[in-house]
Amino acid sequence: MNRVVITGLGAISSLGLNIEEIFDSLKEGRCGIGPLKFLNSERLSVQIGGQIHNYKPEKYFSKQETALYDKFTQFALIAAQQAISSCGIEITEKNTSDVGVILGTAGGGLQTQDENYREVYESGKNRVHPLIVPKLMNNAAASHVSIKYNAQGPCFTIASACSSSNHAMGQALNLIRKGDIKTAITGGSESMLCFGGIKAWEGLRIMSKESCRPFCATRDGMVQGEGAAIFIFEEYEHAKSRGATIFAEVIGFSMSSDAMDIVNPSKEGAARAIAGALTDAKLNPEDIDYINAHGTGTIANDKTECAAIRHAFKAHAKNVMISSTKSMHGHLIGGTGALELVSCILAINESIIPPTINYKQRDPDCDLDVVPNIARDHSVDLTLSNSFAFGGLNAVLALKKLT
Amino acid sequence: MARNVKEMIIKILAEQALLTPKDVSENSSLESMGIDSLGLVEIIFSIEEAFNITIPFNANDPNNTSFDISSVESIVKAVEHIIDESAKRNNA
Repeated sequence: MNRVVITGLGAISSLGLNIEEIFDSLKEGRCGIGPLKFLNSERLSVQIGGQIHNYKPEKYFSKQETALYDKFTQFALIAAQQAISSCGIEITEKNTSDVGVILGTAGGGLQTQDENYREVYESGKNRVHPLIVPKLMNNAAASHVSIKYNAQGPCFTIASACSSSNHAMGQALNLIRKGDIKTAITGGSESMLCFGGIKAWEGLRIMSKESCRPFCATRDGMVQGEGAAIFIFEEYEHAKSRGATIFAEVIGFSMSSDAMDIVNPSKEGAARAIAGALTDAKLNPEDIDYINAHGTGTIANDKTECAAIRHAFKAHAKNVMISSTKSMHGHLIGGTGALELVSCILAINESIIPPTINYKQRDPDCDLDVVPNIARDHSVDLTLSNSFAFGGLNAVLALKKLT
Repeated sequence: MARNVKEMIIKILAEQALLTPKDVSENSSLESMGIDSLGLVEIIFSIEEAFNITIPFNANDPNNTSFDISSVESIVKAVEHIIDESAKRNNA
């Protein structure tokens, strides 16, 4: 089985327009969540989100391109550009079949759907722009990345709600491990911050109107964010032979289904995915220094996640550092696992654990080391990144520092 | 009106082809302007929007239509014809 390493990084979120800005924000414990501003946002009961307010599409794309790219595709292309230029790989006729694109998203072109439903239902228009279908489809981002960089290997999108990105990166890992491809452009993107997108979430009544406060006794729900993170996963020998910078090794992955409830999480299901990732990586709980938690800030998730960690980690649960960076960037839904892997890579490469901000009061149900409010200097060799989705779908990745 | 239809169509075509209107002549074909099948579908949409008309056009078989897209001139004529027809229907 081939070893797989990360050789390129790219991201855009409310914490920054590129990976360096996002690293800085994570280290500072800066909050990227603020007032939501878009058409009809005043009619929402939820008024906050991790929206990228300084994003200007015309800085990145031509008018023709923006007509064809939904925002989730734009974010993916921006992150992919950073990842590809940072990894220094050249895609040529010789290696193009060995390069895959596997991305996660939950809502896909939701902005495009929202805008055009508004046109035909509210404004009574009888025709829509001809490119709506290729713009809104869930695989649009993956396809445009493939087209732009001439990546002719396997290309597809995984939509499994909040686990989409971890599932996608898990598939990329497995394709390279097995030898089907040498390189994968993988991660995820999401852009649900529009009237219809948030209105639907309001219905569930699990959104906070104040702030995202994971693991805090005062937490009152999740807050959404938008953006993308994309990585270059590469076969280890391939990366080594071309002298690539290696940010981490992807050493384990596991997925499981609760098979229980469509929204409520299960301790057992999550614990099985955590333990599965350790087994796949041939690690013991004591080896793990840091877990980037799913940590949505809902009562149910955080309590269940802590119970799952205790269950899987036994005595070591008290020692492992856990943080939820959703407190800063919000919940990117189908893109969240990708953006959260950025925190794991930061921890491994710069020995800094990004904090769980907005933490005020201890909750006995979440009584673990949640790295409250301030980033911590600590060397990190091994990390896990948890994603647990609606529908009971759990996907956990393990990263290792390559020494 | 005839002048306006032509000017508007040239403007739409030029925008799609990333040209200035003065680079588009009556004899220009879509192909010579570098407009592909996807661009053509966008042009049909823009013309429909601009004149509030419906153009008989099926992208599966772009040539099998009374709407002649062989040159700028033919498109202008076809659009004028559709506008006239719909005006007659409205007056009838």
